[in-house]
Amino acid sequence: MTTISSELDGRKSWVREQIFLGMSFRDYMRSLKTPFNFIALVILCVGLPVTVLRFTQGLETVTNLNDNYPWGLWIGFDVLCGVALAAGGYCLASAVHIFGLKQYRPIVRPAVLTGFLGYFFVVVGLLFDLGRPWRLPYPIVLSFGVTSVMFLVGWHVFLYLTVQFLEFCPAIFEWLRLNKFLRWATRITIGATVFGVILSTLHQSALGAMFLLAPSKLHPLWYSSFIPVFFFVSSMAAGLSMVIFESTLSHRIFSRQISHEDHHKFDGLVVGLGKAAAVVLFTYFCLKWIGVAHGNHWDLVGTPYGRLFLLEMLGFVMLPMLIYIWGVRENSARIVRIAAVWSILGIIFNRLNVSIFAFNWQLADRYVPHWMEITVTITIITVGLLTFRWIVNRMPVLYVHPEYPVTE
Amino acid sequence: MDRKKFFKTVGIAGTSLVAMSSTADARTRIVSPDWMGMLTDLSLCIGCRKCEWACNEANKLPNKPIQSFDDPSVFQEERRTHAEQFTVVNRFEVDDRPEPVFVKKQCMHCAEPACASACLVRAFSKTAEGPVLYNKDVCIGCRYCMIACPFLVPTYEYADAFSPEVKKCTMCFERFTQQGEVPACAGICPREAITFGKRSDLLKLAREKIRSHPDRYVDHIYGEHEVGGTNWLYISPVPFEELGFRTDLGETPYPEMTRPFLSAVPLVLSIWPMLLMGSYMFSKKREGEAPSTDLHERVDS
Repeated sequence: MTTISSELDGRKSWVREQIFLGMSFRDYMRSLKTPFNFIALVILCVGLPVTVLRFTQGLETVTNLNDNYPWGLWIGFDVLCGVALAAGGYCLASAVHIFGLKQYRPIVRPAVLTGFLGYFFVVVGLLFDLGRPWRLPYPIVLSFGVTSVMFLVGWHVFLYLTVQFLEFCPAIFEWLRLNKFLRWATRITIGATVFGVILSTLHQSALGAMFLLAPSKLHPLWYSSFIPVFFFVSSMAAGLSMVIFESTLSHRIFSRQISHEDHHKFDGLVVGLGKAAAVVLFTYFCLKWIGVAHGNHWDLVGTPYGRLFLLEMLGFVMLPMLIYIWGVRENSARIVRIAAVWSILGIIFNRLNVSIFAFNWQLADRYVPHWMEITVTITIITVGLLTFRWIVNRMPVLYVHPEYPVTE
Repeated sequence: MDRKKFFKTVGIAGTSLVAMSSTADARTRIVSPDWMGMLTDLSLCIGCRKCEWACNEANKLPNKPIQSFDDPSVFQEERRTHAEQFTVVNRFEVDDRPEPVFVKKQCMHCAEPACASACLVRAFSKTAEGPVLYNKDVCIGCRYCMIACPFLVPTYEYADAFSPEVKKCTMCFERFTQQGEVPACAGICPREAITFGKRSDLLKLAREKIRSHPDRYVDHIYGEHEVGGTNWLYISPVPFEELGFRTDLGETPYPEMTRPFLSAVPLVLSIWPMLLMGSYMFSKKREGEAPSTDLHERVDS
């Protein structure tokens, strides 16, 4: 015991400063007693046993998946929505590093972190869904199905996860004060960003392209040869909206990390992002109708599925677009934030329509997720939020590290 | 990684992907004369479901005594294939026809299978003999094959936690290649409604049957052209759409649905870096002319 504690003494200051946020272990544990943590604990207490059940008893015990519905909530929400909503990373990184919109630099790091964690937990969600998750590396190392769009998705998500980790490395190295690595990591920023944008373009659209193989199952109002473009363009709207939403929450929850002046300028950035999101949503809205015209499916707009389509198009694409425009004209960050939340819901609605609601539209039986599927999804989101908070509380994400003012 | 190295990496990745997609472009639309196939004559089937029993036996699936397959109550709802049932017979009542029509359902063994083009680990292969086979040793269990199959054939062992597999009909591949026997369902059929043979011969036989008995068959061989052709063929006394067959699938092989997208991949890989680096240079230059409007007024290194 004595040797261990004396060893600990040597490292104590670092552990205390960097891991326990400058508190003693006891104080740190006491500081964790918050309502949010209590809710998180309750969720984990349900989620972890369900996880054990999933990996010991198989998919049938915890899901309502069946032979007609091989993909459910985990693919429809965790993967499709997860990837779309993690698009903020490439949107912001390209805006700042490639298009030179330097004023957005303060929110690049949180966006890249959101992107990285988003993708990371997409892969975690995928592990739940795969029949043999331990074979996840097979398409990378063993057997190459080059005719498969999913092969592309697999490779790109793998590469992009690596790229996003590299993009976030400067924050980690600043935290650990590894100056040598920091210089190396900042030098590759441009290369990583360019590579990241290419990979994002391809796999965001490839997720849509996966459904090109289901022309007889996906309702014609959603099935289109343009579906890769739909997924790519809407991912930009999703990413921008998510950046607005995430940074707003961060500024509230971690407000003591941010200087007063930054809070003031931040609203201007939100309105600027809102302007971009409005343009993207407008483009997306037009594209979707071009898709309907291209397939000449106007007759289907009057059917029950047509009403679902109209609800999505008018209620969850046009409406958030109009709110964005309103917010930009009023120069109101508040209104833009409402539009962001509404857009996020809209993207989720779209991805669930493609993968679940409008899928197998000609079959009588419908898929409804099992409560344990929902539990797993909520658990993954919770662990994601906890990880985000853990990192933001320790690494220079929302603020500039006092010792490293230059971070190009 | 410096810029030069970065371009090198992108170049290598790009070239390999160009090579990859050009192999996908080489259209392998071969309808081999040696392919074996099956022809189901729906005018002969009496719904005895002995083929289901024989299929369970041949594939070592859980089975029941053959007598119990006479029970007509299973026809009350339309059934599909499952992990322990590679083939199912459904009953269809058709207007102005006193007798119902029975339809045997199983893997169609497409000429250009959607499942194979969907699979990211090449677990499915179209054999030279005709059947589409699945390799459980590489399957990761993503179930994209089941999404892609227009005939709702592949099934999954959801109850298995440690070694779940995709399950489907193999056209008794080993049985006919190694033991020289016909597939189990064709062998047991008391009405000879299922014929095993070369696909080209079966097409001739089907055409001959339709030509000589135009009163007994509709003039349509299902599987001759559907989704680019299948090795399992059907002829029927009533239009196929009345028997639960999808007649809106078209004649385009499914792999061609994703081909344009896959061909665009090398374009994005080669053009995007140019545009993005161009934009970077442009913004860098512009930045040199105007003072930085950075929030923290940081200096670029």
